[in-house]
Amino acid sequence: MEWETVIGLEVHVQLATQSKIFSGSSTRFGAAPNTQACAVDLAMPGTLPVLNEQALRYAIMFGLAIDADINQRSVFDRKNYFYPDLPKGYQTTQLDEPIVGPGLIEVQLDDGSCKQIRIHHAHLEEDAGKSLHEDFHGMSGIDLNRAGTPLIEIVSEPDMRTSEEAIAFAKKLHSIVTCLGISDGDMSQGSMRFDVNISVRPKGTEELGTRTETKNLNSFRFMERAIKLEVERQIDLIEDGGSIAQETRLYDSDKNISRSMRSKEEANDYRYFPCPDLLPISIDASYINELRENLPELPEAKKARFVSSYALSAYDANMLTADRATADYFEALSQACGDAKLAANWLMGELSASLNNHDINIEHCPISAKQLAELISRIKDNTISGKIAKQVFEAMWNGEGSADTIIEAKGLKQVSDSGAIEAMVEEVLSANQAMVDDYLGEEVEKKRKKKFNALVGRVMQASKGKANPSQVNQILQKKLDS
Amino acid sequence: MHTQSIAELAQGLRKGDYSSKELTQHYLQRIEQLDGNYNSFISVTAEQALQQAAQADLRLAKGDTPMLCGIPIAHKDIFCTQGTRTSCGSKMLDNFIPPYDATVIKHFQQAGSVSLGKTNMDEFAMGSSNESSFYGLVKNPWKMECVPGGSSGGPAAAVAAQLAPAATGTDTGGSIRQPAALCGLTGLKPTYGRVSRYGMIAFASSLDQGGPMGRSAQDAALLLNVMAGFDPQDSTCIDKPVPDYSLTLNDSIEGLRIGLPKEYFGEGLDSDIQKAVEQAIKVYETLGASIKEISLPHTELAIPAYYVIAPAEASANLSRFDGVRYGYRCDNPQDLNDLYSRSRAEGFGDEVKRRILIGAYALSAGYYDAYYKKAQCIRRLIKNDFISAFEQVDVIMGPTTPSPAFKLGEKSNDPVTMYLEDIYTISVNLAGLPGLSIPAGLTEGKPIGLQLIGNYFEEAKLLNIAHRYQQESDWHQQTPPAAHKQNSEV
Amino acid sequence: MAVDRSDIEKIATLARIKLDENSIPEITSSICDILALVDKMQLVKTDDIEPMAHPLDAIQRLRCDKVTEEDQREAFQQIAPQTEDGLYLVPKVIE
Repeated sequence: MEWETVIGLEVHVQLATQSKIFSGSSTRFGAAPNTQACAVDLAMPGTLPVLNEQALRYAIMFGLAIDADINQRSVFDRKNYFYPDLPKGYQTTQLDEPIVGPGLIEVQLDDGSCKQIRIHHAHLEEDAGKSLHEDFHGMSGIDLNRAGTPLIEIVSEPDMRTSEEAIAFAKKLHSIVTCLGISDGDMSQGSMRFDVNISVRPKGTEELGTRTETKNLNSFRFMERAIKLEVERQIDLIEDGGSIAQETRLYDSDKNISRSMRSKEEANDYRYFPCPDLLPISIDASYINELRENLPELPEAKKARFVSSYALSAYDANMLTADRATADYFEALSQACGDAKLAANWLMGELSASLNNHDINIEHCPISAKQLAELISRIKDNTISGKIAKQVFEAMWNGEGSADTIIEAKGLKQVSDSGAIEAMVEEVLSANQAMVDDYLGEEVEKKRKKKFNALVGRVMQASKGKANPSQVNQILQKKLDS
Repeated sequence: MHTQSIAELAQGLRKGDYSSKELTQHYLQRIEQLDGNYNSFISVTAEQALQQAAQADLRLAKGDTPMLCGIPIAHKDIFCTQGTRTSCGSKMLDNFIPPYDATVIKHFQQAGSVSLGKTNMDEFAMGSSNESSFYGLVKNPWKMECVPGGSSGGPAAAVAAQLAPAATGTDTGGSIRQPAALCGLTGLKPTYGRVSRYGMIAFASSLDQGGPMGRSAQDAALLLNVMAGFDPQDSTCIDKPVPDYSLTLNDSIEGLRIGLPKEYFGEGLDSDIQKAVEQAIKVYETLGASIKEISLPHTELAIPAYYVIAPAEASANLSRFDGVRYGYRCDNPQDLNDLYSRSRAEGFGDEVKRRILIGAYALSAGYYDAYYKKAQCIRRLIKNDFISAFEQVDVIMGPTTPSPAFKLGEKSNDPVTMYLEDIYTISVNLAGLPGLSIPAGLTEGKPIGLQLIGNYFEEAKLLNIAHRYQQESDWHQQTPPAAHKQNSEV
Repeated sequence: MAVDRSDIEKIATLARIKLDENSIPEITSSICDILALVDKMQLVKTDDIEPMAHPLDAIQRLRCDKVTEEDQREAFQQIAPQTEDGLYLVPKVIE
C-alpha cells in the first residue's frame, strides 16, 4: 500500500529579551547553574509575575510577519503538572485566548514549487528549567536558569506531507524570527525547538491516522532523521498488523532511535485555568499598527531586494536570506568590498564551508565581514589570485591576522612585473623543451589548449602561485607563437 | 501603655513620655508573660524588635518622622520576612526563612514601625477558627474556651489581649473581618488591588487581600496609610493614589444612605447579633443617615462559588511546595513521585489537603465547566448585585458573622458548618470590594461585629463611617475581662 | 455530583498527595459534603453570563525588559533541602 505522511509542527522559539518573561532575571545563556534564577523564577512563596513588555512585542511582531490576527485581548493560563524543572508546579502559558491567531506561511521547496502551511495560533509562555542527569549519587540536578525564559509556541496545522516540507517550514520560521530579530535562532543553545506530530494514512484517504509527538528536536538534521524514522516505524507497525499508540516520543540523536516517553503517558490532566496572578492583556490597535509599520524587512522582501539590488540569482538570494545573521553579513561584506557576486561566492563557498566544518554560527564567525572584504578587495585589485586568496583565508581563519598582514608576511603578493614573469616563462620553456615540442606539434585545437594550460601550470608552480595568471598566459602565448 | 491607641502612642513617643525601646520592651514583656494563654504568636522577634526600636528612637529624635515610627506591630505569619521564619501556620514552611521581605513588610520598615513577631493563623489561611495551625490553636481572649476566628486568629487574639497595638492580617473569605468581629476589633479588608500581595503567601490569588486589624477605625486608618499603595511587583495591584485615611475620619455622614441587604438578616442569624446590628443602625440614623432595604439576591450562592474558586486557585498556588527548593522534604524519598506525594502529605494539614483536592477536582477534565466556569459566572452575578446596590446606597451594613465566637473544637470536624461561618463576608471577596468589621455589642461576654461594605476604593469612606460610630459608642474600647486582670499585673 | 474512592485517589495522584489508606473514606465523605454545598450553583442559569476571573476590570501592566535581579544563589540555596554544585538535587528524573 502507498502511504501518505501527515506532519504538524509545534515550534518553541526563545525570544531574544534581556530579562525573563515574568521576572527581572537575565536570560543570558551559559551562566553557572541557578545564578540566573531569582525568587520569582524559583517560585518562592508569595512571589508574583509581571509581564515583560518586550516579550509581548516580539510575539505580536511574529504574528504580524505571518499576517495573522493579533488578538487584542489575550489571557495567560496555568497548566498544572509536577516536574522538577517546573518550580511553580504549573506552567504559565496561553490556551483559549492566545496572543496570535491563525496565520499563513508560504515555503519554497527545492523543486521551486511553493506550499502554504497554515498556522493554527502562536502563544506566549515560559520555558522550564533543565534537569541534568549526570550522576549526583543517583540523583538528578536541577538548574533553573532557563525557567521563565520567554517563548512563543507556534502551532501549525497538519499541512505538511513530507519531511522536506517540514524542514522547509522549520527553516522558514527560523528565517522569519531571525529577520525580525525576535530570536537569535541559535539551535545549538535550544533557542528553537521542534515537536513534530506525525501520522500516516493510506494515500488518497482523508481521515487522519493516530499521531505521535516526537519532542524537543533541536536541529533541522535531527528533525529530518526523526521524521524518517517515525514514518518508517509507523508504516512497519501498521503493515505488521499493529496499531499506533497516541504517545510522546523522544528521539535520541546519538543512536538515531526514538522511544516512548512513558513518564509523560500517565493520564495527564493539566487542569488549565486562567492565571489569577496575571490580568488579561489588552493591546490597542494603534500599538499594533505602529509595530506593523516598523516591522523589520521580512525574508521574502529581503530576497526580492537581494535579487534586484545585488543582481543575485534567486537561488543565491534564497540562501543568503535564510537567516538574518547571514543576510546582514552578506550586506556588510558586499558593501565593504563593492562586489556582490564575489561576496556571495565567498560567503556561500569558503566561509560557510569553514563554519560548517567547525560547527560555528555566523554570529560567532572568527572573520568579520570587514576583514573578509579586505581579502576580496585584494583579489579584485590583483594583489593576489583567487587561489592564493584561499590560502590567505585559511590563515585568517586561524587568527594569523588581517589579509594584508598575511599577504605581506608570507610574501604572497602577486607578481605582475612583466620582466620577472618573462624570465620565469623562459626558464620553464627551456627546462621543458619536450612539452613545448609536444604543444607545437599538436594539431587538434582542444588538445593544443590543454597542453598550453599545462605549461601555464608549470609557470604558476615556478612562481609559487604568485604570478599574475593573465600575464603568464599572455607572455607564454607570445613566446610560443614567436 | 498597652491601653493606648496608636495615635496616643505616637504622641507619647514624640513627647518623650517613653521611648520606642521602652514601648517595645513593654509589649515584649506582655507577650512573654501572657501569650502562653492565647498562643497568638508563632515567632517573637525580640532582639530584632529592640534593634528596630533603637533605630526608630534615633529617627524620632531627629523629628519629622512617619506616624507609625517606633510603634510596635505584629504581622500575620503569611507575610514573608527576610531572615525570620515565615511558616504560614504550616509544617510545610516550619523551616522556611525567606531571603526577601513582602512589600507590606517593607512599607512598615520604611515607616519605622517595629515588628514584634509573627502571629498565628490557620494553615495557609484556610480556616475560620485558627484551629488548623501547625503551631496549635489560638484562644479567644474574651472567652478562653472559644475560638478567636480565622484565619487571622493570631493577630486578632494578640491585639484583643493587648499584646500588640495593632496587627496585619489577610482576608480571602473573611479572614480579617470574622476574627475582628469575634475578638471585638476593627478589621478592614481593602479593595482587591489596594494592598500589594507580593511576598504575602498566596491562598487564592484573585481573592487574597492584606489589611489592618486594630482597636479602632482610627488605628486601622493609620495602618492602612502604610500598607496601601502601588507595587510594580504585583500585576494585580492598582496604581491609584492613596489618600491619607486619617484625614477624613471625622467627616460628616449626614445624608449617608445605608443599605441593609435582606439576605443578611435571614435564617441562621443569632438574635443578639441582629439586635446589636439594629442598635448600631439606629446610632447611624441619629447621625443623619438614611436606611434602605436592599437585596443582594445571589448571596446564597457566594459560599458555593467561593468553595470552587478559592480551592481551585489554591490547588495551583500550593503546587510549588514540593520539597525541592525550600520547605519540608520527606525523609528518604524513593523516587520523584514519592518525594512529591509524601512531602506534601506530611507537610500539609488535613484542611489544606482537602482544599487542594477539591480544587484539583473542580479543574479536572470534564468538571471544569460545571464547577470552575460556573463559579466564575456566579462571581459576576454577585458583583453585579453589589453594583446595582451601590446605585441606590453609599454603604451596605449587616452582621459580620451569623453567630458569636463558638467553642474550640465545636466545628473543627465539620468543614461545611465551618464554611458557613463566612456567609456574610465571602461575597465581598468575590466582588473585590472593601469590607470592614467594627465592634457593635457583646453577647454573653462575646463581641459582636458590624460589617460595613463600601464601593470600590472607598476605604476612606468606610473608615470615616466606622469612626463616626466609634465616636458615639464605646464597644471598641471594651477589653476582654482577662485583659483587665492582667493590666494590673503587667 | 458525588465522588467515590477512585475519584479521590485519582485527584490525589494528580495533586501529588499521598493519602493514608484509612483516611480515604473520611476524606471522600467530607469532599462529598462540600460538593453537595457547591452543587447549589447548578440551580442558577448562567448561560449568558461572562465568567469573571478577576474582581476588577483591570488589564495587565507591562514591565520593561531590564535585568533587575542579581545572583542570590547562595542565599536561596541556604534554605534548600539538598543542593550540590549549585544544583537542586531530586531523585533521578526519568523521561
